[in-house]
Amino acid sequence: MSGLSRVIRSGVRRRRVQTIVIGLVTAAAVTATVLGAGLLVASKAPFDDAFAAQRGAHLTVQADTGVVTEAQLHASASAPGVVAAAGPYRVLVVTFAERGGMRMPPLTIVARADPGGPVDRVELAGGRWPAGPDELVLGGGAIRIPPGVRLTAPGGTEFTVVGTARSVSDTASAWVLPSAVGALDGPGTADGYQMLYRFADASTATEVESGRDAVLATLPSGAVTGARSWLDVRQRAVEDAAVFVPFLVAFALLGIVMAVLVVGTVVAGTVGAATRRIGILKALGCTPTGIVRAYVAQALFPATVGAVAGTVTGNLIALPVLAETGQLYGSANATIAWWVTLLAAGGVLAVVAVTAWVAALRAGRLRTVDAIAVGRASGPARGRRASRLAARLPVARPVGLGLARPFARPVRTIAILLAVATGAAAVTFATGLGASLLRIQTALQQNVADVTVGGDPAAGPAAAPTVDPATVLATIDAQEGTRARYGLAQAPGTVVGVPDPFPVTAITGDAAWDGFEMVSGRWFTSPGEAVVGGRLLTATGARVGDTLTVQVEGTPVRLRIVGEVFESGMAVFTSTATIAGWNPVDYRVGLTHGTDAGDYAETLTGALAAQGLTARPNGLGTDPLLVAVQGLTATLTLLLLAVAALGVFNMLVLDLRDRVHDLGVHKALGMTPGQTVTMVVASVAGVGLVGGLLGVPAGMAMQRLVVPMMAASGGLHLPETLLDVYGPVPLAALALGGPLTALLGALLPAGWAARTRTATALRTE
Amino acid sequence: MTDPVIELRGVTRRYDEGPPALHDVSLTVQPGESVAVLGPSGSGKSTLLNLLAGLDRPDAGTVAVAGTRLEKLGEAASARFRRAHVGLIFQFFNLLDDLTVLDNVLLPAQLAGAPARVSREHATRLLDSLGITRHAHAYPGRLSGGERQRVAVARALINRPALLLADEPTGALDTASGEDVRHLLDELHHSGQTIVLVTHDLRLAEACASRTIRLRDGRVEVAG
Repeated sequence: MSGLSRVIRSGVRRRRVQTIVIGLVTAAAVTATVLGAGLLVASKAPFDDAFAAQRGAHLTVQADTGVVTEAQLHASASAPGVVAAAGPYRVLVVTFAERGGMRMPPLTIVARADPGGPVDRVELAGGRWPAGPDELVLGGGAIRIPPGVRLTAPGGTEFTVVGTARSVSDTASAWVLPSAVGALDGPGTADGYQMLYRFADASTATEVESGRDAVLATLPSGAVTGARSWLDVRQRAVEDAAVFVPFLVAFALLGIVMAVLVVGTVVAGTVGAATRRIGILKALGCTPTGIVRAYVAQALFPATVGAVAGTVTGNLIALPVLAETGQLYGSANATIAWWVTLLAAGGVLAVVAVTAWVAALRAGRLRTVDAIAVGRASGPARGRRASRLAARLPVARPVGLGLARPFARPVRTIAILLAVATGAAAVTFATGLGASLLRIQTALQQNVADVTVGGDPAAGPAAAPTVDPATVLATIDAQEGTRARYGLAQAPGTVVGVPDPFPVTAITGDAAWDGFEMVSGRWFTSPGEAVVGGRLLTATGARVGDTLTVQVEGTPVRLRIVGEVFESGMAVFTSTATIAGWNPVDYRVGLTHGTDAGDYAETLTGALAAQGLTARPNGLGTDPLLVAVQGLTATLTLLLLAVAALGVFNMLVLDLRDRVHDLGVHKALGMTPGQTVTMVVASVAGVGLVGGLLGVPAGMAMQRLVVPMMAASGGLHLPETLLDVYGPVPLAALALGGPLTALLGALLPAGWAARTRTATALRTE
Repeated sequence: MTDPVIELRGVTRRYDEGPPALHDVSLTVQPGESVAVLGPSGSGKSTLLNLLAGLDRPDAGTVAVAGTRLEKLGEAASARFRRAHVGLIFQFFNLLDDLTVLDNVLLPAQLAGAPARVSREHATRLLDSLGITRHAHAYPGRLSGGERQRVAVARALINRPALLLADEPTGALDTASGEDVRHLLDELHHSGQTIVLVTHDLRLAEACASRTIRLRDGRVEVAG
């Protein structure tokens, strides 16, 4: 073994605390980076895997049955660039009859004999493919209706749901056999052909457009009513996972910043503490390069162990998130790509190496004679003014001694400050992120009611109740515990120029309390006024103040847009009085504080028995994506807090080792163990407080930056109310998180200082 | 007859597997006495001083200082005992570089929670009597060895200790400064301060001690 190797090995063994700290900090940074970079790349993998497995359609074309023939569509399969085609299939947009008083959304139903074929091999997730003309398979994204339930088509034919299936190309929301087409036709049913194509080259928008142009060139003019690229489907599909990206990147950056801070100070501290040793090594002939290499290696050894641990942890934490996105497409669970893991671990190790190298350069440059002389002369005269001021403070002397200490080692103090500030920023960011996401979820659900009232969902259309809205509302008002209520009815609406239908919700009473958030304008107050979702404004080019004509159940309804409501899709909300003949179908009730929702619902169901309505406690679950984001946030925050506390811990250990002799003097002069703990804790409490005060606004700024970016990934513009989540009390508590982190990091060193034997400390050079 | 300030009975202190640093040592020091402990390196002088200051505990025997049985005290009680009853003077002064002379002197009083005004007045008087008032706001690094040791003496006396323990107080000083400290300790002895000083310096022992004890290999060889 070379002399240098021995130096490295003995350094790693001698500086156990620093070795462990470097290892843990690197592990935390690699975990955060693997998660950030890995999920960014992996977020697209489940879709891509499923798309490849199902031989997804690069182009989905809707054609007009009146303009084009099946033969012409068949012939389009030989257009240049087309490598496979499926169809033409008949496609119908059908709205089934109400079930238990609930209106059904329009379903895009494709008629095909089997789920296989050269393109869009639909995968059955449950049940079976239709075997007769009165059977239907529902898509995974459509309304959740279990097999066995019967749905009534507009023509009166009953269809039995026999299974559920997934098309990663999103070609339909339900499938039937071609023989069922006749039974589906009826009033208000839209009809057309669907043709699916795969191209030789379709990885870019230009390539898909080129393929589309080639296909369109083979068809009569005006035959195609819609053509959708797989890239658009993919973009929408990965939006959920994309939501993770900005916040994971933020956490990864925080992790790397903390790794640089902590590793830099650890190595610099180790160099500082070993100055005399370095002098002796140099006196014995060790070159400056050798010294630098020794100290970089001392940092890299535990960092490599930490990087391996971080790689494993990052991949393990990513598994549940990837499993969820994988489940959406029915694909095998994805894992983080090996090259991402390698790159993340290698990148963090490179950062550690550079940080250690910069810190170790000082060791290499030390003059031998100066290094050997260390410990025999007085230290630099830093922090004396602070010390003198602290002695005059009206606080216990150990507190004053502790408060003055940070000024004696300003660089180390700045490192502690930054570690605590980063930790405080992480907690503030995570808290704000969690609160914002909760508010966003509430605002998107637009349903914070405690109790909902409607028909029995298990009942068929025959059981649809005939209700008198005024009686229902009066009954709800009369019920003890009612705080607020409103009634609503919903039907699909369409606007010229917008291909997809969207829900139009008509409301009786004040619904503004039920989680609705306004992006701009105001809530509607009179018939004819409406608030709409941002996507509808974008799709129609309308603005708040404009008038929009919406077709609802075949009737044109003129609506004056008075506000933009926070909404993930296209939606319209107006008064029931706006649409002639509309009455509420469902009712939502907010309860007074302390009212039990179960008891209330039971009593109200009894009171509404004559109306055939049932009241139920509102059991809306939490969005799994939100649960995943909050789980990840908590994990990463704890990780960064641990790193911040480790940073404080390490700095204090270095500091106490540096002045263990002074500690002995203090104890010899009568400082008790309790006073020693007080002094050590006070030495970081002030820094912790300042760190907290700096970190909190930084965390708030990050929340302000990242949450809108996350929302933008999902195509949402956030109203101010969803971002403004920090109250004065939580802010004060967050600011106290700084000193608490410092305290956490100081506890062990303080205990060590208190236990140090006075005689031993006095003998220490 | 007054109670002794120090009463050691059969004290043995052993480190690791080697021979004991102190072996069956018994010693009594009366109030106002100044005792010099002499002996070569490794004879157990520092161990004895550590035991008397409550910095260490014996493996056998009893150590009583100012009526307190030290071998039974925990760390906190030892610290409280030290600041109430013992003043320590070290060979290398052990002043805190980042505190002024006055703050160094005040530190034991402040740790003991003594009233600030009273302690300050006492510290000022001590600095005055030791002739270092002009250095009150200077830092120890600027003082000569003799001046630093005077500061250490002032710090040792701030809590009016029953016992002053001095470990080679002239060991790190030049001849003139050493002489200075000798006079100072002699004056303290004559003022009635009980002193135990550990030293190689025979002249210091002769000048300041009313009694000498010679240790060899952890045993009391001569008690004069």
